[in-house]
Amino acid sequence: MKIPFPRQLFRPGPSLTFHSTAASQAQRWSSSLSQKAGSAGVCFPGAVNSKFTNAMTFEQPSTYPAIPTYRCTSPDGDIIDSSVALPSNDVALKMYENMLAVSIMDMIMFDAQRQGRLSFYMTSQGEEGTCVGSASALEDGDVIFSQYREAGVFMQRGFTYEEFMSQLFANGKDNGQGRNMPVHYGSKALNIHTITSPLATQIPQAAGAAYALKMQHRQNPSTRPRVVACYFGEGAASEGDFHAALNIAATRSCPVIFICRNNGYAISTPTLEQYRGDGIASRGIGYGIETIRVDGNDIWAVREVTKRARELALKDGGRPVLIEAMSYRISHHSTSDDSFAYRARVEVEDWKRRDNPITRLRKYLENNNLWSDEKEANARKRLRGEVLKAFGEAEKEKKPPLRAMFEDVYAELTPEIKAQMKELKDMLDRYPEEYDVTEFEGGKESLST
Amino acid sequence: MRVTRRICSYSRAGLSNTTAKPVASYVSTQSPRPYSTNPPKARLNIPTDFSTTALLAHRPQTALQNNELPAEVRNGTTQQMNLFQSINDALSLALASDDSVLLFGEDVAFGGVFRCSMNLAEKYGAERVFNTPLSEQGIIGFAVGAAAEGAKAVAEIQFADYVYPAFDQLVNEAAKFRYKDGKAGRDVGGLTVRMPCGGVGHGALYHSQSPESLFTHIPGLRVIMPRSPIQAKGLLLSAIASKDPCIFMEPKALYRAAVEQVPTAAYTLPLSKAEILKDGFDLTIVSYGHPLFTCSSAIEKAEKEFGISIELIDLRTVYPWDKECVLKSVRKTGRCLVVHESMVNAGIGAEVAASIQEDKETFLRLEAPVGRIAGWSVHMGLLYERFNIPDVARVYDTIKRTLEY
Ligand SMILES: Cc1ncc(C[n+]2csc(CCOP(=O)(O)OP(=O)(O)O)c2C)c(N)n1
Ligand SMILES: [Mg+2]
Repeated sequence: MKIPFPRQLFRPGPSLTFHSTAASQAQRWSSSLSQKAGSAGVCFPGAVNSKFTNAMTFEQPSTYPAIPTYRCTSPDGDIIDSSVALPSNDVALKMYENMLAVSIMDMIMFDAQRQGRLSFYMTSQGEEGTCVGSASALEDGDVIFSQYREAGVFMQRGFTYEEFMSQLFANGKDNGQGRNMPVHYGSKALNIHTITSPLATQIPQAAGAAYALKMQHRQNPSTRPRVVACYFGEGAASEGDFHAALNIAATRSCPVIFICRNNGYAISTPTLEQYRGDGIASRGIGYGIETIRVDGNDIWAVREVTKRARELALKDGGRPVLIEAMSYRISHHSTSDDSFAYRARVEVEDWKRRDNPITRLRKYLENNNLWSDEKEANARKRLRGEVLKAFGEAEKEKKPPLRAMFEDVYAELTPEIKAQMKELKDMLDRYPEEYDVTEFEGGKESLST
Repeated sequence: MRVTRRICSYSRAGLSNTTAKPVASYVSTQSPRPYSTNPPKARLNIPTDFSTTALLAHRPQTALQNNELPAEVRNGTTQQMNLFQSINDALSLALASDDSVLLFGEDVAFGGVFRCSMNLAEKYGAERVFNTPLSEQGIIGFAVGAAAEGAKAVAEIQFADYVYPAFDQLVNEAAKFRYKDGKAGRDVGGLTVRMPCGGVGHGALYHSQSPESLFTHIPGLRVIMPRSPIQAKGLLLSAIASKDPCIFMEPKALYRAAVEQVPTAAYTLPLSKAEILKDGFDLTIVSYGHPLFTCSSAIEKAEKEFGISIELIDLRTVYPWDKECVLKSVRKTGRCLVVHESMVNAGIGAEVAASIQEDKETFLRLEAPVGRIAGWSVHMGLLYERFNIPDVARVYDTIKRTLEY
């Protein structure tokens, strides 16, 4: 006999369904009640709803249908799930502009890196929909953890061009104090934690943060309940931290939305060498987490799914939800990567032609008489101008004071670090020709204690 | 530098990878470096000229003169290689000579983000050279298991900054494997963990780290850092052959920059043995990896200006390290500086300095305190790398003050 539950749940359909193990969860006891003789069920504490069987069968992953991919907008921009609550025209237009802005900024900054004007950049071509769409469904108070390819999330939340550019040029206006590599954005005002490069570390942090938010709301019910949204790639999901995160979030019922951007690649490694299961979504089921797979090129589907996930995450005291957003990484991994060393140019061209979150939303807007070629041309020109203006200003800006190198390691400078700062200052004083400190705010003087 | 070199022929068709297009690293080692410029009037802090530095063998005869090489290698040929090519060469020779060698890690199959494994999957098959899923603890745990069952597992961690998820496997498993098994007699000597380390000018917090001291605190691991293509090839082949698990740290700033003539044949260089790169009588500088080039430049200036001679020692293996070589040198010179890139606190310099003062005979010979020139006790902020990693001026200045003490 085959265990029927996943089959029943994995029924593909046009409607938005989260795959859930809630039913089995609800009946799970922590105590080990011994079963009656002859009962059909097993009461092992580790699997309370399992039935006995005398037919020995190994579960065959290949016999389970793949988890379907939800979409509500056709490639032609028509709405195919009428139950979806679409945003107002103004919001739709703003979201379109935000995707456009990310793609324009990507082109400009990619070229700027090629010209040697900044050290590094990462584009998010093909994933603008996943980021802008999901962020549009969150509330301002919600806390976000991201990986590095989520410029759309920052854009949708209101990160300004000046903030983007200050970070990219590591100037004195950058909160990161010139310490971080380009694209490691962060904003306390927007409740987005600063990005770090080590993969997957943010995922268990998101679970913990969600637990803290849950406890705060419990202790102070007059506050608005909040969730944590956590972004990561399908490659990062191979890290131990991913698995630890899902499991701990499930067991502690944390209001966290895990959003996996499955773009088919982790640098050169294709998903075929990354995992053998049904994507990342199938793992959610394994951890007892409500899960959905969504078409990342369909911004309305991503938005709708995230809205629903947010409701679920806050229901009955909180629980994690997993969203797997499917897309294709059109761009190179980063400016340090030439992806044609490991994938065919035609594969990329093919995907570019096939689908794209920006063109799909554009078709929707055009179908609704909200957009035109002329508006497109004007918007592109305006956005380009805005990005370039911020670019020019940020590039000219002074770098942070040199002292920032030593600060924030500890809440206060330790005697050791103070001595080192003095030692460096002393070197700069005695060997002025060996060091150029003019780009730093205040030159060497900021090192004086 | 004091060396006499024997002339030898230079042949062998170019390695397949010498002409290949550089591609695909997360942090490039060759892209524009807007954050590291040198001031126009600098006479000390000028970038290393790798085409003339005495630390690299620019001619075949220089490469082959090396006393540590067996005679048949010295009578052989050389090939011009940079560091990633010599590592590729070592890996290729290891794979070719021993079927139990496996090579794996993130993005290794297409050549690795730093090109060290280029063409090896094609040459030795996808069963022996392969991509792993993105999980460092998985990679190292897998490697420990494979080594425990007879494989020579050469695992790549894409950046030293990303080795931490594998710490448990390295510290609790690999390092203690032989010890816990006791008379049962099993070990994971077949394990070699390779990882690029160190600054490149724009790597910031998570693409610049040099965590060797975290490993040198762990008995059971052999921690190696080569300074050059010749050294990398011989030390890597030794690490793979070693009966102990080895951490092999590759200064990524040297992958493309350090180019020299490398003996074509397979050869090993001794582990846990330092090398005196240059004799001297007034001061000893102990270093390893990339900063050796900085030391070499500072020494050149200081010797000329102060009329002294300085001994330069490359530790090569930073643990278990060649204490005897260092002590002997310091007993001769009476002064010692230790230079490394990673943070000064609890670094290699602390161990070397403590060992010097602990040795009565050496202590009594000291004419100045042992100095440490190392990274400050801070993280590697993007814009601040050139103020953090020891530069020629700091080494020069410390030499001067040590002499004046
Ligand atoms: C712990 C860790 N290991 C390795 C890396 C190097 N690295 C940076 S990005 C990347 C691939 C990530 O792929 P994925 O999670 O799918 O995200 P994508 O780039 O596709 O958006 C790797 C291996 C890292 N940053 N951190
Ligand atoms: Mg990916």
